[in-house]
Amino acid sequence: MGRKILTDKIDIPGIITFEVYKNNGGYDAATRALKQMTPSEVTDEVKKSGLRGRGGAGFPTGMKWSFLDRNTPGPRYLVCNADESEPGTFKDRYLMEKIPHLLIEGLIISSYALDAATTYVYVRGEFKTQIGILSKAIREAYANGFLGKNILGTSYNLDIYVHSGAGAYICGEETAMLESLEGKRGLPRLKPPFPAVKGLYGRPTVVNNVETLAAVVPIINMGGDEYAKIGVGKSTGTKLISACGNINQPGVYEIELGISVDTFLNSPEYCGGVKTGKKLKAIVPGGSSVPILPAGLIMKTAAGEDRLITYESLADGGFVSGSMLGSGGFIVYDEDQCIVRNTWNFTRFYHHESCGQCSPCREGTGWMEKVLHRIEHGHGTHKDIDLLVSIAKRIEGNTICPLGDAAAWPVASAIRHFRHEFEYHVENPEVVRNVKHAPVRMKEVVNCELGR
Amino acid sequence: MSENLIHHRLFDKKGLEVRFSAETLEKVKQIISRYPEGQKKSALLPILHIAQEELGGHLSVDVMDYVASILEVQPIEVYEVATFYTQYYLDKVGKYVIEVCRTGPCAICGGEDITDYLSAKLKINDGETTPDGLFTLRTVECLGACGYAPVMQINTEFHEFLTKEKIDKIVEELQQKANLDKSKESKWVEKF
Repeated sequence: MGRKILTDKIDIPGIITFEVYKNNGGYDAATRALKQMTPSEVTDEVKKSGLRGRGGAGFPTGMKWSFLDRNTPGPRYLVCNADESEPGTFKDRYLMEKIPHLLIEGLIISSYALDAATTYVYVRGEFKTQIGILSKAIREAYANGFLGKNILGTSYNLDIYVHSGAGAYICGEETAMLESLEGKRGLPRLKPPFPAVKGLYGRPTVVNNVETLAAVVPIINMGGDEYAKIGVGKSTGTKLISACGNINQPGVYEIELGISVDTFLNSPEYCGGVKTGKKLKAIVPGGSSVPILPAGLIMKTAAGEDRLITYESLADGGFVSGSMLGSGGFIVYDEDQCIVRNTWNFTRFYHHESCGQCSPCREGTGWMEKVLHRIEHGHGTHKDIDLLVSIAKRIEGNTICPLGDAAAWPVASAIRHFRHEFEYHVENPEVVRNVKHAPVRMKEVVNCELGR
Repeated sequence: MSENLIHHRLFDKKGLEVRFSAETLEKVKQIISRYPEGQKKSALLPILHIAQEELGGHLSVDVMDYVASILEVQPIEVYEVATFYTQYYLDKVGKYVIEVCRTGPCAICGGEDITDYLSAKLKINDGETTPDGLFTLRTVECLGACGYAPVMQINTEFHEFLTKEKIDKIVEELQQKANLDKSKESKWVEKF
């Protein structure tokens, strides 16, 4: 049984309420931080913990905090990124719904460390149930003196507001989120200046993911050094993994960073194996944006070592034979799934969600979608496969924000590892045209492994 | 979408008097107060949600102009936001908007079949509304509930692990509910 520090109390009946949360050790960390620690001591603990951003980029949180401009007089802001929209990821929704006070406590401690008096939680507009739960929990925290003026009798004041998005994947990018918070279209900003210097309303701002901010609570409770002992190397602590796709037990699991992909996929404690005993074809380990890996490469690295769920191990082999931990969206594909159809599906997503600012992304995602649609529906040519590789290359690295990269990687990796499936589609147009949807389709056509 | 907007601007501005109720105006004021002095525009997204919920189910030009006047911004600033985000409807929608997730994780768990089934059952295509004005069917990108696939959202409510039988039941329940007193339905915005 892995150690749990975020979700350990999640099954206590009524933990959603202030009273039950408080009676089970809740708000101890906030009380300690505000009454006994200085903001820089809190930041030091977070630095010592080695906590890395849980939204996808994995940037060290303590370092991000230390970049915040604290010298310019005037307000500073903390913005909590709850715009969870990465396909395959649903962990923040789970935390907000099941244990909202953990996030609020994390927000209080983090805002205190950053000397921010106003904090916004940007929740994706579709999560209206979670917005209701969170808003209620915030009202409870105000009523019990953990928010508002002179919190716990100290001189610290903090207001937390929930802000609802309205359906735009791009707003998960931190500067697009700030634009959206200012009431505009979610168009990512050019960096520098980074938000730490010029963020919300032009003021110094830190944007952190829900899970990152929630993790600050156990860090203060156990101390940064103790937290850093969990995990492997630079991947410290625990991580919420959202497991979905063709598995027996989809859901959100808290793991200690460093367990093997094999354990996570097959242990009854986690995914419980591939559904209905089918064979594993591929896994996307970190949300739709990261490279897809075939069964062989996701279980073992190219060097033959066990693949572990850590930032480093999943990235082992670079983009040739590795992937990324990303946001922890673990999507499993069984042997009957069609990689071409899935790649087309993801590309359609990125095309739909591209904000349209940068030509390589706006046009490139559209071209890729068209070409993939062509191949998937039996009208592609061999040249189309190379064309896709070429478009992906021209998008990657040539856009203001990482959405361009996120659109290019799934296509490039799918062709790298499953070229035979693309070729099969090109060479057998009649067969491909006559079947409709995954998952039944590949069984009827041919198991693509045969096309190798 | 932009075509729709141009169409609205030129022909569909009816000059109707649209207004929030006194109660909602209080709520709107409270939302505006969450943002600093001089940053009223920040309240645009939340207030558009309220406007859509309270003033007819979609954002007509009259409604958008009204929101612009409340926030003291130019109407174009509201139009550009309303056309960017997928949750704002520029055209009339049904009482229940059924949004089925079409993205990868749902698709590999049967999401595409769910869309097809709903489309055949309600006899409408993606983006269309039933003649009785009860249901609009839309396919949407990832709803962030991949572990409970296939999923759909009807207005504010999520429906998970969908099967054909479940859909039959949900649709039937909504048809019955539509016949009951409308005032009994609680509004999301009151909880926000």
